[in-house]
Amino acid sequence: MAYSKKVLDHYENPRNVGTLDKNKPNVGTGLVGAPECGDVMRLQIEVDPETQRIIDAKFKTFGCGSAIASSSLATEMIIGKTIDEAMKLNNMDIVEELALPPVKIHCSVLAEDAVKAAINDYRIKNGLPPIITEEPIGQKVGT
Amino acid sequence: MNLPIYLDNSATTPVDPRVLDAMLPYFKEKFGNAASRSHPFGWIAEEAVDYAREQVARLINADAKEIIFTSGATESNNLALKGVFEMYRSKGNHIITVVTEHKCVLEAARHLERLGAEVSYLPVNHLGEIDLDQLEDAIKPTTILISVMYANNEIGVIHPIAEIGALAERHGVLLHTDATQAAGKVPIDVKKEHIHLLSMSAHKMYGPKGIGCLYVRRRGPRVKVTAQMDGGGHERGMRSGTLNVPGIVGFGKACELCQQEMPHESERLRRLRNKLESALLQIEEVTVNGSTENRLPHITNLSFKWVEGEGLMMAFNKDIAVSSGSACTSASLEPSYVLKSLGLGDELAHSSIRFSLGRFNTEEEIDYTIERVTDAVHRLREMSPLWEMYKEGIDLKTVEFRPH
Repeated sequence: MAYSKKVLDHYENPRNVGTLDKNKPNVGTGLVGAPECGDVMRLQIEVDPETQRIIDAKFKTFGCGSAIASSSLATEMIIGKTIDEAMKLNNMDIVEELALPPVKIHCSVLAEDAVKAAINDYRIKNGLPPIITEEPIGQKVGT
Repeated sequence: MNLPIYLDNSATTPVDPRVLDAMLPYFKEKFGNAASRSHPFGWIAEEAVDYAREQVARLINADAKEIIFTSGATESNNLALKGVFEMYRSKGNHIITVVTEHKCVLEAARHLERLGAEVSYLPVNHLGEIDLDQLEDAIKPTTILISVMYANNEIGVIHPIAEIGALAERHGVLLHTDATQAAGKVPIDVKKEHIHLLSMSAHKMYGPKGIGCLYVRRRGPRVKVTAQMDGGGHERGMRSGTLNVPGIVGFGKACELCQQEMPHESERLRRLRNKLESALLQIEEVTVNGSTENRLPHITNLSFKWVEGEGLMMAFNKDIAVSSGSACTSASLEPSYVLKSLGLGDELAHSSIRFSLGRFNTEEEIDYTIERVTDAVHRLREMSPLWEMYKEGIDLKTVEFRPH
């Protein structure tokens, strides 16, 4: 299967690969997926406590090219947003932007989950209740 | 050196130019139907088919009359299993095969189960080998066929066919072997190895696609299979259909070339394969899948721990063609059942890549591959959260993952 130009671009020049200090109170970490499924994403956010804005995001992903591209794009999409705005990230935006084929939709779902898990980790760390979201769109597709 | 480099010769091989040259006249001026007995067009085609049949037979030390041309190994394997089951049904309904067989054998066996066959699927050990005692124990009075591949397509492991043949003979059971990957690569002798039926495909040995054969023993014992297609009764009544004359000519030439070049070629490929393998094993946390003792000379299957196979391949697959046991490369999203049957965890199956070398690969290409793959593994590991955890000494078994 051929990859879209955008997947290739994110794969070849991934944005925001790296690690933030998970012990800092304003850093939230989301780890989703499992090695036996062939995808694990770790996405971290650094939040400005004053504005609740995501000032930095980093990821590391074990997975196929689409999984790497989805997480790379997700970090780009959330930097500069408030955590409430970022919580509204929809996997279908990633699917559209990267032109993912149906068998790769689960990669975008995983990226959405990773963002939400990171936000909830930040919330819990800061004494806020985690936000329970509905099952993301596309959850049932390709998983 | 030209890019891309082709290291997926177990999937298919390019047609050798000498094979193509042999075939070309049979598309145009020598286009006759080999079954036309009434004019020179037919005679010429028939003569070419007879000659090719000899060439194919010689490669496996068979008699030309024992070669039944088919469209390829999938058809040959189907014909062997279904044809034997139908022909020998009155003698018994039990078939023994192995979990690492090609899908066309396993699916044909499943089909026969629905028709009343009893099938035993032998397991393999962590090296991909079967246990001969276990095989012998599986034989019952109702056993009519043992089907064990000569060599595995994913890991290259060679099964001890001569010993299985002797065992089958002792028990009066037929032995079929799918030799798709092994034929033309390692010496095969159907007589010495007591093989009753053997499947081959031209396109895995520098011949054209769409042509293969089933060897069916004629003497000691005389074996017959029930045809799976009705028609004009070609190929001794076992496989009807107008013969693919150019394909057959190419298949014959491919067999002749493989036989001539095998001693030199297998040594050359073994050396290049070993060079590639040992260089990649220098990278931390890389392992060989399957036995390295009894293995085809041109295949290596490696797991690059903590990176996912498809993600890894993407770093170089514009320039180097290989295949992966990762789920992402298959339609089913399931990792390789062959690797899983070795007891490899799913995560290692996801991290596997098969390199299969061929006649036209050069040392320069192997050197380039070593460099590109090594770089890619390092690059992907820098991006892998699992690699980071591993490096931090975290036992990944203690990490709570959330399978999705």
